[in-house]
Amino acid sequence: MHTLPQQLANGLFLGATYGLIAIGYTMVYGIVQLINFAHGEIFMTGGFGALTVYLALPHGTSLWLALPLMLIGGAITSVLIALGAERFAYRPLRTAPRLAPLIAAIGLSLGLQQAVHNLYPKATSPRVFPQLQAGPWNLGSIHIQSGDLFTIVAAPICMIILAVFVQKSRTGRAMQATAQDPDTAQLMGIDTNRIIAAAFAIGALFAAVAAVCYGLRYGEVDYSMGFQAGLKAFTAAVLGGIGNIYGAMLGGLVLGLAEAMATAYISDIPGMHQLGGGSWASVWAFVLLILVLLLRPQGLLGERVADRA
Amino acid sequence: MRHRSLLVLSIALTGALTVTACGSRGGSKSGGDTSGNGLTVTIGVDAPLSGQNSATGLGIQYGVQIAVDDANKNKTVPGVTFKVKALDDQAQPTIGQQNATALVGDSSVLGVVGPLNSGVAQSMQQVFATANLVEISPSNTNPALTQGPNWAKNDKKRQFPTYFRTATTDALQGAFAAQYASGPAGKKKAFVVDDKQTYGAGLAGIFQDSFTKDGGQVVGTDHVNTGDKDFSALVTKIKSSGADLLYYGGQYDESELITKQLKAAGDNIPLMGGDGMYSQTYITTAGTGAEGDLVTSVGVPVNSLDSAKDFIAKYKAAGYPGDYDTYGGYSYDAATAIIKAVGQTVSQNSGKLPADARNQVVKGVQGADFNGIAGHVSFDQYGDTTNKQLTVYQVKSGQWAAVKTGTYSG
Repeated sequence: MHTLPQQLANGLFLGATYGLIAIGYTMVYGIVQLINFAHGEIFMTGGFGALTVYLALPHGTSLWLALPLMLIGGAITSVLIALGAERFAYRPLRTAPRLAPLIAAIGLSLGLQQAVHNLYPKATSPRVFPQLQAGPWNLGSIHIQSGDLFTIVAAPICMIILAVFVQKSRTGRAMQATAQDPDTAQLMGIDTNRIIAAAFAIGALFAAVAAVCYGLRYGEVDYSMGFQAGLKAFTAAVLGGIGNIYGAMLGGLVLGLAEAMATAYISDIPGMHQLGGGSWASVWAFVLLILVLLLRPQGLLGERVADRA
Repeated sequence: MRHRSLLVLSIALTGALTVTACGSRGGSKSGGDTSGNGLTVTIGVDAPLSGQNSATGLGIQYGVQIAVDDANKNKTVPGVTFKVKALDDQAQPTIGQQNATALVGDSSVLGVVGPLNSGVAQSMQQVFATANLVEISPSNTNPALTQGPNWAKNDKKRQFPTYFRTATTDALQGAFAAQYASGPAGKKKAFVVDDKQTYGAGLAGIFQDSFTKDGGQVVGTDHVNTGDKDFSALVTKIKSSGADLLYYGGQYDESELITKQLKAAGDNIPLMGGDGMYSQTYITTAGTGAEGDLVTSVGVPVNSLDSAKDFIAKYKAAGYPGDYDTYGGYSYDAATAIIKAVGQTVSQNSGKLPADARNQVVKGVQGADFNGIAGHVSFDQYGDTTNKQLTVYQVKSGQWAAVKTGTYSG
């Protein structure tokens, strides 16, 4: 069990990325009750946006200098695509039966994937993402790598900014009002279209940060990376209580930890050898989801801070 | 309003589907022209041309393309123009099977080179056998493809008379790797990981058996899924197992990330694998993490062969993005075997294609006996190559360097 602290850390780093993507699912669902299945691809385009900025910079630019610019580039790409999707694919369908925007989301997800596959140079196979030349650091028995460092710094900062934004800013409070009752909110003079667009934009912004985390951790971005990451993040959002922004982060962390623990220890349990190991990690993550939903159908943080009553 | 929503929805879906459809055909840039008099014979290619394994897959496509260009230029078969029809299987058995059906349905196809993956080959063999269409894989190494599921119990049985390969099998490759690991490399404790695919799991199993037989100890095993990116938990497990070698059965897509994450976690043991990892992409992605890693690959290093100089020059001149290293040379030879068999068939039938041309080509390939650019080409009673040479390569200063070439000696 001497590997436990390291495995906990592994799970937290992985979970923080899931959590960042999950916020996009949760905010959009909380306000328009739409599961935006194209969100995984918005995350993916953020990664390619950041990579594009890096490739456009003069060769040999220090990544420490490039990183803020890459974050901005990734964020602009993701936000523009999310806003475009909202305006042209989802808004026209807002009064349509719920199934219609869901199918539009799946179509959009395939479309974005293939667009990057076909249009981005050499994106048919994974593209190498730059790596921070720093570390690793040893914290007791925990080994922290440069890619993880970015995640542990970025994820809490993002969460604090988001919490302050939702609680304190006018737009944030308008979001809460729209989530509770869009019609009344509109009567109170809130431009609900603007608020919905803002929810999409914030989700995309966080997805772009997550994509940079992903790129730095794994050293590559891939046109198909949005699918699995998006699915895990969606699971994290449901686990935490969909519609709840703190729940999304918590759900992400729980999911990441569950995967790390399952990979590391399930195969040590007598009789479970065949059901352990890396290839079963996702299975156990979903088993956990089912258990949570059986016992607590509204998710871990069930109070539904930003959900319609 | 409802109508408008439906309209938008259908446009969105149609758009998405069109883009998807374009994508799945995007890789099939077939060369050669259909103009001119005389016969046109198509050589099919099936390999992953996009996504996972595509760097190696494209090497197969371009290897065949160069062979076909050479045959057309040198008029190897008078009166016959060859062209290439390349289909992308995305390393997926189901897509491979669809491609096989499409190739069988095109009557101008008289032979197919591919696929890259043993698991994909499994799904295609029957389709080709039913249509008597010859298939030569430059890279499938799973023994069961030719010798049947009971090959290890010495109950070898040919599976499909239309299936051939120019790569030697994992039975030799895995044992050769174990011999090198426990011998010259001096490794005692191995952790064995595979990707559960036909190729990867087969190879890892053979390595595990041979390594134990050679006196080594397997201190742990695990499996991963293809497409996984996060191996941090697995890496921590390997690190604490005390292994001095990580053996991986699978492709470079996962192993390049495993080795990188392993070295970043501070565990400096080499990762060893099979020919599925022998690609420049592995080193590019893993960076310094790949240094010292080992692979076995089929045959002798193509760039050390005088016979392949011309091929390599052409490959580089064409500016193809994939690797020729792994299978490009074998693909060239596989295509050449088909071209020669077509030539034989045509000349025996006074310059025309007989009605049972596909049958004749299968017979021609079975009887192949010539010096290819990557070694001698001929096939045994199972459809396996008679060229059993293998090479161990190691990453040295960001390049694959051959460290041992030979045939496995038990």
